[in-house]
Amino acid sequence: MNAMWIIAGQEIRDGFRNRWIIALTLVLAGFALSLTLLGSAPGGTVGASPLLVTVVSLSSLTIFLLPLIGLMLSYDSIIGEVERGTMLLLLSYPVARWQVMAGKFLGHMAILTFATTIGYGIAGGVAAYSSKGVDAEAWMAFASMTGSSIVLGSAFLAIGYLISTCVRERATAGGIAIGIWLLFVLIYDMALLGLLVGQADFINAGVFQLLLLANPADAYRLFNLGGFDNVAVLSGTIGMMADVKFSSWALAGVQLAWVVVPLGIAGLLFKKMEI
Amino acid sequence: MTAATLRFEGVGKTYDGSTALENITLDVNEGSAVALVGHNGAGKTTMMKLLLGLIRPDSGTVRTLGVDPAGPDAPDTKRSLGFLPETVAFQQAMTGLDVLNFYARLKKEDLNKNPELMEKVGLAAAAKQRVKTYSKGMRQRLGLAQAFLGAPKVLLLDEPTTGLDPALRRDFYDTLLSLKHDGATVLLSSHALSELEQQIDKVAIMNEGHLIAYGTMPELRKAANISVRIRLHTRHGIAADIANHLGEANISKVNGHTVDFSCAPEDKMILIRRVSDLGIDIEDIEIELPTLDQLYSHFRNGGRLP
Repeated sequence: MNAMWIIAGQEIRDGFRNRWIIALTLVLAGFALSLTLLGSAPGGTVGASPLLVTVVSLSSLTIFLLPLIGLMLSYDSIIGEVERGTMLLLLSYPVARWQVMAGKFLGHMAILTFATTIGYGIAGGVAAYSSKGVDAEAWMAFASMTGSSIVLGSAFLAIGYLISTCVRERATAGGIAIGIWLLFVLIYDMALLGLLVGQADFINAGVFQLLLLANPADAYRLFNLGGFDNVAVLSGTIGMMADVKFSSWALAGVQLAWVVVPLGIAGLLFKKMEI
Repeated sequence: MTAATLRFEGVGKTYDGSTALENITLDVNEGSAVALVGHNGAGKTTMMKLLLGLIRPDSGTVRTLGVDPAGPDAPDTKRSLGFLPETVAFQQAMTGLDVLNFYARLKKEDLNKNPELMEKVGLAAAAKQRVKTYSKGMRQRLGLAQAFLGAPKVLLLDEPTTGLDPALRRDFYDTLLSLKHDGATVLLSSHALSELEQQIDKVAIMNEGHLIAYGTMPELRKAANISVRIRLHTRHGIAADIANHLGEANISKVNGHTVDFSCAPEDKMILIRRVSDLGIDIEDIEIELPTLDQLYSHFRNGGRLP
């Protein structure tokens, strides 16, 4: 068996042992369920599919929660092991450094996938059960929302790895992780809004759209809230989406790039790191 | 002549401007055990990291089992390496046996041998407990168990006996001896100089990044030229007479029936012959050779190999 898979397996086993996986699944399922149950009340009168309402509310939840989870899982994965001394021992074994990083990343991604799929799956199941019939498009929208949520979480996992290889102390990594979360999830959109209001002359639609892509959370929002017409109607973004010219494929590509690029840079930095 | 299993050739290494190692040249031959001796920060751990390929030398070359440990062929040779870091740490939530199984998988070793290995280091009863609950000594033993995985050809042990009780120390040295018997090369660093003396073939004394002495114990004694201390037990009352016969010896203490004296190493046999000529007047003779402790402080205080 390849060393990468052994390390991924160890990371997953560790996740089960220290109850991380259980805690994450419970948190995600709890939030998702309460949003679904609360969100289904107005849906009844408008006649919208409860599952589509769930897609909209869960995307908003994802934007806050999954970046946080991704960063929390990964910010100390390299520097923490270096500090504890486990990395020194691990690297004395017949494993290449890229295998260590790729294995740990895959393990973390599996944890994230498990927790998201189960947590959101429960909520989606409840929403579908409570309505008479669910059409195929609603299921597609739900599945692509869940999938892209995992990709968004993975992007922040990758950013966490990048943080973890840049710093010399675990505490610094924790601080930077919180800063990155605040920046991408809260401050970025506010700053963008401020820019639009204050300096509208300098920003044309093209620049604005590129700025949206420069934030993985916004790319996620565009992908999910604009990707399916019925969802766009529900989320009130249909007006905005008319101006945005990205295809779903392009948006999915951007989201994947947010996983691959930070992880690639982290891999290069880790290769040069002196343990 | 056998090829060196571990080789340093003119190796230098600096960290952030401070010199960790300077111009180290050292060969460790196959099947021999070498002790790295030196104060904290003398460069022992840096040498082990270089042999593992975790860091690269700034100058010179390092070879482990004939290959560059930081080069492309290194992962294969690492299967034949056992390493114990100075402060050993494991995933806290795992049980001891889980930890050992994980490392055995990485080395592609048979997991069925692991319970036996746990027993060998005295952890059989704690194998199913989480590492979090282990004492320092138990973690050290788990560290040794993982270093012994798969009968390694090279053992790099950084302070292996810290936290081990005397019985386990003996077991540890027995294991080391049997691995050595099978051809393993051992490089270990330690502060416990007195217990080390019997276990190793050669000593490398490090000081502030320099190798200041390297050789077998007799070679180092000869180079250090520290005087040998001898105590004679005589028939009662004639110790003073005997002391007068000793000539060039440096008498330090005489009382009723003992004479303590010291002499240069090359005069030792002459004096012993003279003493034995005195016949039955001498009841016993104790010869105290310079210990590793003494040699270490001698070389540290400026004594260098010629």
